[in-house]
Amino acid sequence: MFRNQYDTDVTTWSPAGRLFQVEYAMEAVKQGSAAIGLRSATHIVLATVNKATSELSSHQKKIFKVDDHIGVAIAGLTADGRVLSRYLRNECINHSFVYESPLPISRLVVQLADKAQVCTQRSWKRPYGVGLLVAGLDETGAHLYYNCPSGNYFEYQAFAIGSRSQAAKTYLERRFDNFDKYSREELIKDGIFAIKETLQGEKLTSAICTVAIVGVGEPFHIINQQAIEQVIQSLDIVEDAQVEAAAAESASEEPSAAQEPAAAAPMDLQ
Amino acid sequence: MEWGAVSSEGKEVSTILESGSQRTLSPYVTGTSVLGLKYKDGVIMAADMGGSYGSTLRYKSVERIKPIGKHTLLGASGEISDFQEILRYLDELIIYDHMWDDGNSLGPKEVHNYLNRVMYNRRNKFNPLWNSLVVGGVKNGQKYLGMVGMIGTHYEDNHVATGFGNHLARPIMRAEWREDLTFEEAVKILEKCLLVLLYRDRSAINKFQISKITEEGVTISEPYALKTFWGFSAFQNPTKGAEGSW
Amino acid sequence: MSSIGTGYDLSVTTFSPDGRVFQIEYAAKAVDNSGTVVGIKCKDGIVLGVEKLIPSKMMLAGSNRRIHAVHRHSGMAVSGLAADGRQIVARAKSEATNYERIYGEPIPVKELADRVASYVHLCTLYWWLRPFGCGIIIGGYDRDGPQLYMVEPSGVSYRYFGAAIGKGRQAAKTEIEKLKLSELTCRQGVIEVAKIIYGVHDEAKDKAFVLELSWVCEESNRQHQKVPEDLVEAAKAAAQAALEEMDAD
Repeated sequence: MFRNQYDTDVTTWSPAGRLFQVEYAMEAVKQGSAAIGLRSATHIVLATVNKATSELSSHQKKIFKVDDHIGVAIAGLTADGRVLSRYLRNECINHSFVYESPLPISRLVVQLADKAQVCTQRSWKRPYGVGLLVAGLDETGAHLYYNCPSGNYFEYQAFAIGSRSQAAKTYLERRFDNFDKYSREELIKDGIFAIKETLQGEKLTSAICTVAIVGVGEPFHIINQQAIEQVIQSLDIVEDAQVEAAAAESASEEPSAAQEPAAAAPMDLQ
Repeated sequence: MEWGAVSSEGKEVSTILESGSQRTLSPYVTGTSVLGLKYKDGVIMAADMGGSYGSTLRYKSVERIKPIGKHTLLGASGEISDFQEILRYLDELIIYDHMWDDGNSLGPKEVHNYLNRVMYNRRNKFNPLWNSLVVGGVKNGQKYLGMVGMIGTHYEDNHVATGFGNHLARPIMRAEWREDLTFEEAVKILEKCLLVLLYRDRSAINKFQISKITEEGVTISEPYALKTFWGFSAFQNPTKGAEGSW
Repeated sequence: MSSIGTGYDLSVTTFSPDGRVFQIEYAAKAVDNSGTVVGIKCKDGIVLGVEKLIPSKMMLAGSNRRIHAVHRHSGMAVSGLAADGRQIVARAKSEATNYERIYGEPIPVKELADRVASYVHLCTLYWWLRPFGCGIIIGGYDRDGPQLYMVEPSGVSYRYFGAAIGKGRQAAKTEIEKLKLSELTCRQGVIEVAKIIYGVHDEAKDKAFVLELSWVCEESNRQHQKVPEDLVEAAKAAAQAALEEMDAD
């Protein structure tokens, strides 16, 4: 089952200069149910897919409020995600206590990333097995970051992580150029559309997704289920009409966009 | 020695709580009042340049108003060395803030709150920084003016003054302050206050700096003196009407 | 390579029979596969330049910075694992602040480089740590003028006139050697660095990249700053023109 002798320890480099344990941790993010984020000039929307492990259980919470101006969506090991959310909440509260002002998003994500990095360099630790989409609004505007188990972080206009997130990414990549001009409603709609992409045929209902928003004049909150249901209903109506129209002309550009190659793991590391 | 005992020598140390630790139980070299007020374009602050060693006017060129980062002005009365220590703290804070290099920066409100936490923390360790601080500034079109005391008391107002100024200058400022004061009018009010303080506060000296902070930045004036007039009849016999009080 | 399968390459605390520490060499591989970083010492200051690769088009250009401020007048550029680099930057910042707290003056560049190198070296000494997967170039200005240092994952640090690490380091070094650094001003240096970074960028292997530039010189008031936007644009234009000229030949 071993891939090689360099992949059992975070403190061992492979001859090619890779850290397999870190790459495996990033694999854990891909196993988790999908989370997506997208941002306009004023708002950021986070959306996740809720998957219950059995018919009898509830699903895991995947979106956490950190502060009035920040929230996160996670994919991967939920337990790790909760630990990190608690850390983020603490940092925000400490900053508010000392400065009586909200912590800038760009600083929070660096602190989070630095915390994650430490776990990739100590033999008695393991990397966090969770990816976080951090959404927030501060003095410098609306921001969406992706924090990765490797200790890297990136700022995005829109991004998707977790299982079958490639489909959502492809969808977002086709449309992200216009996101800056989007209204909050359009942003929510596209968020839900992106979630739908990850379901691959499974029916989208408000019960299997959670959507949250933060923006100008709007503290971070999870949008209630009825509101989401309404959006989904309206999408269904539009969709039915589109399907009929699309049936007439065969879709030609779809495949090329869907075959966008996935970013290789070592790339994400650097 | 009994804890808290103050000898006639001024600065004392307590040996009971922790041996080897020294606390300021009274200050050595002090500066007197600082005045600050908001005006149309920002905040203006004034203080004299005296440093008193007890009641001796020992130093005459102490700069008691300093810029902190881009958006903040800090004025201090009280122990000068403690003020210099505070400036070192703030210098580190500002560099730390600067090194993020991410477009965010601490404004006057943040500096005010930070100082409040520092001062209150120190007084809880029974080791206060012996100052009253005036924090003023402008950021994102927002004017800010506040005060922090040596035990962590703090407030915001349109005009503030520390020490003697709180008694002698604030009534004047209260009477004359308006939201839309021009810079010249603001200077006039401050100079009126400084003159009253010069006449009535024995620690005040006739060498001042006035500084302003606006969206454009900080300007601190060169030291200058005000014209005084000692011919008022009230000055002829100062103890008249106070007979028997000492 | 004789290292693989021998068992001598699994820990930083293991020497091979011929006196090598393979784990350090492997860590250096992570740097060799990363975007190119170039630093040059001109007659009036230091210029740092980075080829920052952009893995996704939805990523914002300003994100994932590779040049960091360390103190007022020094900064560093990172090649290799950015996350490891930030750890080193954090250490450098705290060393710089500590120095100034104790001695009341800014840390000399040599001292900064030495302390950072010691920290990097520390991670090559214990089995429970791994060496940093990044190389850094430090540029700074002190009373002895502008200085440039490079620190490698092994913890060695040397002072340079010009230094390059990352994928395109060989080509970049060849280009730097052609420059007359003692006559070059930073303004000209910025253009040269841009040309080098654009020149070594491999269009076929890595698609998008962003050029990050910073300097410490008289013009920046001896402070480490981002190169002004207009000069960056001019440098990019010059670099692109130089590329097209080469293609035409």
